[in-house]
Amino acid sequence: MSGTWMTTRAWLLMLPLLIIMLAVIGWPMIDTVRLSFTDAKLVGAAGNFVGFDNYLKMLGSSNFQRALWATTWFAVVSVTAEMVIGVLAALLLNQQFYGRTVLRALLILPWALPTVVNATLWRLIYNPEYGALNAVLTQIGLLDSYRSWLGEPGTAMTALIIADCWKNFPLVALITLAALQAVPRDITSASLVDGAGSFARFRFVILPYLAGPLMVALVLRTIEAFKVFDIIWVMTRGGPANSTRTLSILVYQEAFSFQRAGSGASLALVVTLIVTVLAIGYGMLVRRAAGSAA
Amino acid sequence: MLKSIKKSLLGAALIAAVSAPHAFAETTLNALFMAQAAYSEADVRAMTDAFSKANPDVKVNLEFVPYEGLHDKAVLAQGSGSGYDVVLFDVIWPAEYATNNVLVDVSSRITDDMKKGVLPGAWTTVNYDGKSYGMPWILDTKYLFYNKEILEKAGIKAPPKTWAELNDQAKIIKDKGLLATPIAWSWSQAEAAICDYTTLVSAYGGEFLKDGKPAFTEGGGLDALKYMVDSYKSGLTNPNSKEFLEEDVRNVFQNGEAAFALNWTYMYNMANGGKDSKVAGKVGVVPAPGVEGKSTVSAVNGSMGLGVTTTSKHPDEAWKYIVHMTSQETQNAYAKLSLPIWASSYEDAAVTAGQEELIAAAKLGLAAMYPRPTTAKYQELSTALQQAIQEALLDQASPEDALKSAAENSGL
Repeated sequence: MSGTWMTTRAWLLMLPLLIIMLAVIGWPMIDTVRLSFTDAKLVGAAGNFVGFDNYLKMLGSSNFQRALWATTWFAVVSVTAEMVIGVLAALLLNQQFYGRTVLRALLILPWALPTVVNATLWRLIYNPEYGALNAVLTQIGLLDSYRSWLGEPGTAMTALIIADCWKNFPLVALITLAALQAVPRDITSASLVDGAGSFARFRFVILPYLAGPLMVALVLRTIEAFKVFDIIWVMTRGGPANSTRTLSILVYQEAFSFQRAGSGASLALVVTLIVTVLAIGYGMLVRRAAGSAA
Repeated sequence: MLKSIKKSLLGAALIAAVSAPHAFAETTLNALFMAQAAYSEADVRAMTDAFSKANPDVKVNLEFVPYEGLHDKAVLAQGSGSGYDVVLFDVIWPAEYATNNVLVDVSSRITDDMKKGVLPGAWTTVNYDGKSYGMPWILDTKYLFYNKEILEKAGIKAPPKTWAELNDQAKIIKDKGLLATPIAWSWSQAEAAICDYTTLVSAYGGEFLKDGKPAFTEGGGLDALKYMVDSYKSGLTNPNSKEFLEEDVRNVFQNGEAAFALNWTYMYNMANGGKDSKVAGKVGVVPAPGVEGKSTVSAVNGSMGLGVTTTSKHPDEAWKYIVHMTSQETQNAYAKLSLPIWASSYEDAAVTAGQEELIAAAKLGLAAMYPRPTTAKYQELSTALQQAIQEALLDQASPEDALKSAAENSGL
């Protein structure tokens, strides 16, 4: 009796939240699925049912394939770099040294900046006429003349990835730093007594404690990186010659610039599907990592 | 107790007093403008203040976005069913806006005085399919700006009359070591690149569409892109042009780092008289050149208009505001960054004073304005062409192949 009442009460308490979630997530989602099977325009006509046309056309188009590749490249490289730099920064900030508190506080700064501000800053740094990067590289003699970093397909994506890393590695660092506080002192001390080198200590003593939290950081960052839009939109708008056009930018162009809500919706759903698959895959990894740590 | 009642009464009275001004029948208009080229934000605010003074019952909220966001912002607000009453629109959008019912047909509101007074070419900015979807406001085309001092040092007597001559002069400047890359353009993957390309298409007598199908893959359309690629590869063009927008071109030019630059009207007074300009007083302007045997000058129609949205609940007030903004009086008072749409303004000493050179160039340039294609699918066509231009510049494809794939991707 009281058991069922507890269950009912739990559901009753969750009801408002569920209704709101259904209204703001469920309904738009369902409507997007419906839209994706039509040739609806953004403004005006509701559109006709066209079956899987939007999906077939999209999967076969070279624009989609190029964007998928660009997105994957961006996500893999930037997330890997952010994880490595983040962990290294956290290990450094976990040491006892003078000025550590100031550095820890500064670490938050890039992450706290709005993405658009960050993107604008980096655009100025990369500016081909008066950018700081060109000035530094020519003054120390690595470059003989100023270069157009965001204007060449060879460097534009790398330039974007660096800007993204600078903004997002602090998140990984913060999560790692928090996890490091949970590593028991006696174990690290014991390994020291046992004569473990610093790398062995990290690999066999500290890393197992970090695995779970790092997985969470990895999931968050991968999903975010796969959806990347604003930093690229501000810095290159997908150029030069579409070399930095990611899936989200393609969705935006399709749905809003070209006003094809139908095919825009189908494209958006494919992106959602990819991200969901990644999230589920990572979720399983996190559970396994948590299980092995226990 | 009594005290607390008094207090709450006082509170109620205060609330009533504060909210009282709003009780008047005040209309609020939301207007969307751009923060790029033509009239500055300060100019638009000052023009609007004058309107508010004359019409105290109408309040106008102004919003400024970069040109790149103007189209999408207007369309998205429309999609959500609320938003702006007045929007600034580019000459390339009326076809799409009319087809998708974004703008109100205002043909019946346009008076005979307007029809007679406004330059005939300006109307093409707002007309589609025999109807008018707003008032022209910014009458603009790309001019060839040059640095008089650099040309003088190079021993060049007069600015170029043809595009081939531009190359010759740029080469002299380069060879004399005055500048490594004398020409600046706005060839970023954006509409700005299409405007430069269109200027060249008009010079080479090309066509964008023939019977609604892409025709830019040959003739003048192809020659225009070839010219861009040659100029880029020969090193006469600043290689950073391929990530420049108009403001970048202005920066380079007014820092004295370009001998020639293609840009809109607004650059003239900013570069020639601006406080932060290193070339003040040395700026020359002529119509964009022509091609021997094909044209004497070239120009792109880069005009923009103001329209009333179909979702506006106050179309009358919105139109009144547009009439104010586009009036000869308003435009003559702010003729430094954008030239008036009114024919007689060009003979008005108050307008021409201090910018005679610009007015002379405008008379030739505005008359030669060449339109970008009129099609509801303009955005797709433009995106495909932007890609083609960049691929050709970056040597990823020959101009022929790049334009062919643009034609295939144009959706036409």
